[in-house]
Amino acid sequence: MSEAVKEATKKGRPEFRNIHITDITTKYKMPPSAIVSILHRISGFGIFLMLPFLLYLLQESLRSEISYYHFGGIVDNAFTKIILLGLIWAYAHHFTAGVRHLFMDNHMALDKDAAQKTARWVLVVSLVLTALCGLKLFGVF
Amino acid sequence: MASKNNIGQRRLVVGAHYGVKDWLAQRVTAIVMVIYTLILLGTFLTAQNFTYEGWAALFSRQWFKLFSLVTFLGLYYHVWVGVRDIWMDYVKNAGIKLALQFATVLWLLACAAWTVQILWSV
Repeated sequence: MSEAVKEATKKGRPEFRNIHITDITTKYKMPPSAIVSILHRISGFGIFLMLPFLLYLLQESLRSEISYYHFGGIVDNAFTKIILLGLIWAYAHHFTAGVRHLFMDNHMALDKDAAQKTARWVLVVSLVLTALCGLKLFGVF
Repeated sequence: MASKNNIGQRRLVVGAHYGVKDWLAQRVTAIVMVIYTLILLGTFLTAQNFTYEGWAALFSRQWFKLFSLVTFLGLYYHVWVGVRDIWMDYVKNAGIKLALQFATVLWLLACAAWTVQILWSV
């Protein structure tokens, strides 16, 4: 390191570290793309943590006719349905945001306006898919 | 250069090159999961009355078992890349990070073994 650089460091130049979570939540404006991005991460992590529960449900639904009724009993519970609805949203969001990623990987909708527009669509489509699966889950159609 | 990287003839331990494989694997597995999801979602939304026979019949076919297994294994690899990214981004302590990554691998291996058992139980 040259002497000039060492001197400059001593004078206490400002350091720019990673942005802290409190900066993001209080100071910065979150555009739709940022919301989609963080929800993509949260939803993915949530599904990861709930994998054993989902595998357990799959097992009970498949193993035998008796276990299938047991599965029906678990799913009929209102509390389970709320958790399932949350997981369905997580899947729907991760799915639509992922498809958006795949399009962007192929250089589609990369400019600022288009990216925000598709991000808004991801939020809308994932909620519509969740509502559709939710209505089916609660036996509306 | 060669003397600094004497771990093998062609092996470089640094460089962005190493991320490409995982990045691509995450995309490929994503496409497999999209196809699988659309098939299952179509089955779920169009089903009139759910019976064990109908559900088990779908999963009892050998091609669907294999398709399911490939999709699930892809899912676990996809999860590994994503969750490892999360540990790398937020966990600063190397020891804790390594422990979490190790736990993630064990967790996913257990899930994979369980998946095989479930799919071939019907």
